[in-house]
Amino acid sequence: MSNVSLTVNGNKQTVDVPPMKRLLDVLREDLHLTGTKEGCGEGECGACAVLLNGELVNSCLVPALQANGAKLCTIEGVSTEGRLHPIQQCFLEKGGAQCGICTPGMILATHHLLDKYPNPTMEQIQEGLAGNLCRCTGYMRIFEAVQEAAAGGTH
Amino acid sequence: MRSDAALFALEAPATLDAVLAQIAAEPGKHTPIAGGTELMVALGTGRLAQRSLLSIQHLLELRFIRVEGDAIHIGSGTTFTDIRRSASIAEDLPLLIQSASWTGSVANQNRGTLGGNLCNASPAADTPPALLAYGAAVTLISASGKRTLPYAEFHLGYKKTALRPDELLYSVSMPREFGEYRQYIRKVGTRNAQAISKIALAGIALMEGDVIADIRLGAASLADRPVRCSAAEAALVGRRIDEAAIRAGRAALAGEAKPIDDIRSTAMYRAAVAENLLEEFLRSLLK
Repeated sequence: MSNVSLTVNGNKQTVDVPPMKRLLDVLREDLHLTGTKEGCGEGECGACAVLLNGELVNSCLVPALQANGAKLCTIEGVSTEGRLHPIQQCFLEKGGAQCGICTPGMILATHHLLDKYPNPTMEQIQEGLAGNLCRCTGYMRIFEAVQEAAAGGTH
Repeated sequence: MRSDAALFALEAPATLDAVLAQIAAEPGKHTPIAGGTELMVALGTGRLAQRSLLSIQHLLELRFIRVEGDAIHIGSGTTFTDIRRSASIAEDLPLLIQSASWTGSVANQNRGTLGGNLCNASPAADTPPALLAYGAAVTLISASGKRTLPYAEFHLGYKKTALRPDELLYSVSMPREFGEYRQYIRKVGTRNAQAISKIALAGIALMEGDVIADIRLGAASLADRPVRCSAAEAALVGRRIDEAAIRAGRAALAGEAKPIDDIRSTAMYRAAVAENLLEEFLRSLLK
């Protein structure tokens, strides 16, 4: 077992876990942050995407020990003071979420994308979200939600 | 069925020297793990055979892009995202940028490393065709020192490399001498992101009018390892590009190709498309 210290959504946490335990499982089982979903478990679908030191990663492919000392942002840390983040609000209003399994990963991938490209082209949106699979929406409403979020949200 | 993580050991020695000392003391016992985009997939699907792993993901000693005189040296721990962000690589080795951009997805590019891509030694990996076309060299490191060999000699067979059990891949070096070369790369897969290639071809050529003064070709999924297409190169160098030259290039490539049937494609399709990609490259050189 290894002691792994993490700052998750601003809160310092220490867990005692097998060092090869997937970060995804540490989040869901040890920290009870079940907003992060497991889809494929092979790094293909992006449902488990989180921000690790600001970079988008698939948490199913990160051994716990490699996250020691890291700052993490999960879907639970995206909203502030009980208010949805503008990205979440845009997904809600544009119909960018249906069954919801892909949504936490989509929101974090969008967060990462807009950090890099505040005014992304459609091509940049498609590439930025290419690792996040959605079986419901057909993607168009997701792309519209991202464009809306980039344009400043729905205030 | 997912593996039980408790059955696996993982340590993260603080320095490269400490990692090298450990693999020298117990050669073959420990498997290095960098970004985890391959080994963690095996863990997740219950296929991870290695029980003791050593993390090298945090070693900044392996994560660098250095321009030194006529060469670019890329540390094995450099991520695909690092590569895509490098202005020097974009200027001198654009095919490497292109192949990094279609490796996995953004999340995988943030974690996956050039060294992991090469040491995993898949014949379908995305970066090898570009490295082969650029005539890359690889430097291997162990507790007893470094050695450098042509990248074309690194892959010995399907998932087999020239690495000794006490060695790590340290860096990949490429010359900065292709400014005058015409450059081409194309991956054929089911989609841009995430897909593993059915076939991929990278090529660079130096032209004198319509005559090929120099040509170098690298391919993925054309054999049991990434390969330089030296028969096709030999058939084309010094020739004026015309229909006969294109036929000769295609025939030579067909002669040296040893593709297989698998879940992603068939040997017949791979050979045919590889020839088509070569023809597309050659015709583009006339424009």
